[in-house]
Amino acid sequence: MNDNAIFTTRDLAVGYRNGKNAVTLLSGLNLTLEKGQLVALLGQNGAGKSTLLRALTCDERPLEGTIQVDGRNLLEMSQKDRSRIIGLVSTERIQAGALTVTELVGLGRQPHTGFLGRLDDEDREIVHQSMVDSGIIGKANEYVASLSDGERQKAMIARALAQQTPIIILDEPTAFLDVASRIETMRLLQTLAHDRGKAVLLSSHDISQSLMLADQLWLITTDRQVLTGTPGDLIKAGAMDHLFENRSIHFNPSILDYSF
Amino acid sequence: MTYRRYLIAVIAMTVALVVLALACLVFGSVDIPVERIIDILSGRGSGNKAWDIIILQSRIPMIATAALAGAALSISGLLLQTTFNNPLAGPSILGVSSGAGLGVAIVILALGGSLGGILGENLGSYMAILVGALLGAGVVLAVLNAFSAIVRSNTMLLIIGILVSYLTSSVVQLLNSVATEEGVHNYVAWGFGNFSGVSVAQMPVYAGIIILALIGAALMVKPLNALLLGTRYARNLGINVPMTRNILLLITGVLTAVVTAFCGPIGFIGLVVPHIARISLGTSNHARLVPATILAGADIALLCALASVCNPHGIIPINAITPIIGVPIILYIIINRRRIQYFN
Repeated sequence: MNDNAIFTTRDLAVGYRNGKNAVTLLSGLNLTLEKGQLVALLGQNGAGKSTLLRALTCDERPLEGTIQVDGRNLLEMSQKDRSRIIGLVSTERIQAGALTVTELVGLGRQPHTGFLGRLDDEDREIVHQSMVDSGIIGKANEYVASLSDGERQKAMIARALAQQTPIIILDEPTAFLDVASRIETMRLLQTLAHDRGKAVLLSSHDISQSLMLADQLWLITTDRQVLTGTPGDLIKAGAMDHLFENRSIHFNPSILDYSF
Repeated sequence: MTYRRYLIAVIAMTVALVVLALACLVFGSVDIPVERIIDILSGRGSGNKAWDIIILQSRIPMIATAALAGAALSISGLLLQTTFNNPLAGPSILGVSSGAGLGVAIVILALGGSLGGILGENLGSYMAILVGALLGAGVVLAVLNAFSAIVRSNTMLLIIGILVSYLTSSVVQLLNSVATEEGVHNYVAWGFGNFSGVSVAQMPVYAGIIILALIGAALMVKPLNALLLGTRYARNLGINVPMTRNILLLITGVLTAVVTAFCGPIGFIGLVVPHIARISLGTSNHARLVPATILAGADIALLCALASVCNPHGIIPINAITPIIGVPIILYIIINRRRIQYFN
């Protein structure tokens, strides 16, 4: 067992409950997140990426298994304790257009503030630093409504940073972004992992970016296995050919992407 | 920058509150000279018994009733809009007022003419009406809460609210057909909406419940702000979402029920005032929105109250005035939604 591991799943099974029946999408998962690593979760649509992430963020109860964080069972912690361990960036639509970026990022301090959520000087300093680290400080006093998609994603990442959690989980953070913003966002996440020691897990459809920038990949294969390893090892092992059901496309290592 | 705007707005709203309250004191169906009003307020009496009674037992209670009703309905609207993530939610459009109204109807019509007026001085009878309103509002909120988990669409929830209103009014009509004439008359009079229904003796109960519920709303500022980001983010920020929603709906139910029981089902104020507050402050931050919504709600209700007594031929029902103020504002908001930050 590795010293940097801060998040471990044991025999985790995820899926959804349909009335009384449980439909298992993925099972027997023993996954580990390490400090200072950027992990990309890849898989075709419907493979269970979002379901897995919802289980890891405790938005949905897993069908089986446990999640250990620092020797504690995440599933049995209070909402409040969990909010200091995992910071989330999701694709949920937010109604925060009339908040300034500073106010939005300030919401990230909620797990640490008192009953009324007032920010003290230390909180404000952390909010400021989070905006600096995410490169959104230039828009600190702008309305969230006025931001571009890329800027909005940076603001949401700053919000997660202000939460000061050791783990940050992002559900398709680059989904609605143009190429420039996608690269910028991935670079930012890499910096947060490597320089700030965060464990960063993101799901993505952007294969080549993930292969270039991630330290580890979690691949959901077409036969519902989750393969883990460094991009180099997984490519060598031919794992990339089990990502999509469509047999007419093939992984091309020279471009780190799929082609016909 | 936005803080200065907040201060200016709050000061302006407070000044408006004082001016409107004074205007409601001076204007009315009976002309009382301002000097005499000052005499009455300072405890010397005006020498005219009727004037003393009008000021002390009619106009002052009406001012307090209207201001508190406006604040209560507006906060109800704000909490519903944030809880259901729906800018067009409000206690009347979602059927919460109708639910409370049905509860009131059952009590008024069941007790028939025995009430002696809309709300008798008899403690038992108006407590019964209050409980009826609370139960009615509670049932509607529980139905809305259940449906909001099933139908994700905002529009669908509004339609469900409208359907609930239709259903309650048809139940009321059925009740009317078997009720005594006096009971029906009382119910119809109550349905016009008016701020003169709270007597001095009833004021402590009315004001006490509303003020407690408003304090409750002010204490929910932190989870309200988290809910702006949606339930998943709120949960990630450590908020117990189901419990928070239940508390918010309970506060909404109490506020709407109390106002509806005493003043009738008053439309538009709850829907419109949170928008007035957001637009004048330029923020969705509840730490500022809650105080501004309370003040703006009191202002708008006093404006309606003033308009209702400024008719030489008699009192105009409140519900004839609120749409005239409310509809243009809602239309403005719908037309300009792309330019209003909190929609984007």
